Amino acid sequence: MHLSKVEEEMLSGGSGKATEKAMQLLVALGDVLGAPRLIPIVSAQIAGVSYGNIGDAGMELLEDWASQGAKTQVKATLNPAGMDLDRWKEMGVDEEYHAKQLRIIKAFEMMGVQATCTCTPYLVGNKPRRGSHIAWSESSAICYANSVLGAMTNREGGPSALAAALTGRTPYYGLHLKDNRKPTIVVDVKARLCTTYDFSLLGYTVGGIIGSGIPIFRGIGHPDSDRMKIMSAALAASGGIAMFHVEGVTGEAEGFDFNSVERVCIGQKELEASREKLTSEGDPDFVCIGCPHCSLEEMKDLARMVKGKSVGRGKALWILTSRGIYKRSKEKGYAGVIEKAGGKIFVDTCMVVCPLEKAGYKHMASNSCKAVHYVPSTSRIKASVMELSSALEKMMEAGQ
Amino acid sequence: MRGERAYIGRGVAKFVGEGEALVSKQGISFFGGVDPKTGIVREKGHDLCGADITGKVLVFPKGKGSTVGSYVIYQLKKNGHAPAAIVNIETETIIATGCILAEVPLVDKLEKNPLKEIKTGDLVLVDGKTGKVVIR
Repeated sequence: MHLSKVEEEMLSGGSGKATEKAMQLLVALGDVLGAPRLIPIVSAQIAGVSYGNIGDAGMELLEDWASQGAKTQVKATLNPAGMDLDRWKEMGVDEEYHAKQLRIIKAFEMMGVQATCTCTPYLVGNKPRRGSHIAWSESSAICYANSVLGAMTNREGGPSALAAALTGRTPYYGLHLKDNRKPTIVVDVKARLCTTYDFSLLGYTVGGIIGSGIPIFRGIGHPDSDRMKIMSAALAASGGIAMFHVEGVTGEAEGFDFNSVERVCIGQKELEASREKLTSEGDPDFVCIGCPHCSLEEMKDLARMVKGKSVGRGKALWILTSRGIYKRSKEKGYAGVIEKAGGKIFVDTCMVVCPLEKAGYKHMASNSCKAVHYVPSTSRIKASVMELSSALEKMMEAGQ
Repeated sequence: MRGERAYIGRGVAKFVGEGEALVSKQGISFFGGVDPKTGIVREKGHDLCGADITGKVLVFPKGKGSTVGSYVIYQLKKNGHAPAAIVNIETETIIATGCILAEVPLVDKLEKNPLKEIKTGDLVLVDGKTGKVVIR
């Protein structure tokens, strides 16, 4: 791999031990992946934050690098942690987990990473411009960044995204090259898509059927950003999809010849099969919304849906969002309405990376296919996907 | 006795190590598959289940499973239970990341299939700097 003078210096330890290690990592990964050189980036999103996921090993590595004086060179934000940093006790998290999670956050902060703790960095100030090169981990954010924002990133892991943040560079291959961002398969959608949930089912179905590649969707109208957010998460959960196009919406596939690649057709039957696959027996005893983290618009909708009602006895409603969106929804009054109805709004974390089983519930319902896909294996409880209104109907009673 | 044999591959993690070979025909997931405190393989049904990888030259096709596996390799090193080196048929980013972070030599893409050329118990030198693997 060709390296610039500055990069050679980093590799030989001129910017400290941790940066040397980070550069070694990027060069070796670049070699494995066939990158001819590195490319400067403007933004990093770093996954591998939850103590439950990275364990003592990850914590020790991060503390080692922080103590060696590693510093981020670009805007860098964090993925969700394993708990709400303030209200962890309410989530059933124990003291040791809490203490170690805080050590992880502190190490990241020492290196200059903003502890945003969200999978939606683009909603809280890390929103790179179209055409800019970035190094993001968090599969849903990667898919959203490539497709909706038009920024360019490969599917990075936690360590490679951190190494990119510390050096300001990433290997130049894959989706950093325009030629590799063209559609590889046409998806003709014949199903009726009415709600955000329908777009999650669509993403999950297509990810499962095509597995990899870059789909271009036709026949899905002009989905708003929340719909493309939940679809990104689902595409990346059932398949390894890092990017999609929507005809007439996402902007990078103009002039594309639809006859140049193969085609699949998705109808109601295919969506129904996904719904069945993501449905467990029995009735859910709690509802978890916010995978990916809720936007302000979604908080507003939720407030409207639960206003004047209350969470039934023995049931629960959890809403997951970022600290930034929580603050704004408090100011707008949405958070107050949800909390008055008995809903709990947690920040900094999500159902996929927190020890959900410790909260004591047995069967989660969510409108997010990604959440329902992962929760049975990460927390060993049942999970079912359903329309948001149906899920709330099962939890809420009239009156307050 | 076949004497000393050397093969050239691609040096991915550029460190040097030597040890007794431990060969597996299966992929390895370090996360969940190897105990970071002891170096013992825990994955049920794996052909190395119960084996100790500490100080061994671990030879297997490639990594699999969660990307957290990279951190487990680092933790093995800190706990004194890392392998002396790893030889893969063709490596992927989980193993490559872990080996670089933990300074465990890693070589892949040998001119001949390492699973056939190296037998468990052989004394093997792995030079990640030159990509050379020597079977003594």
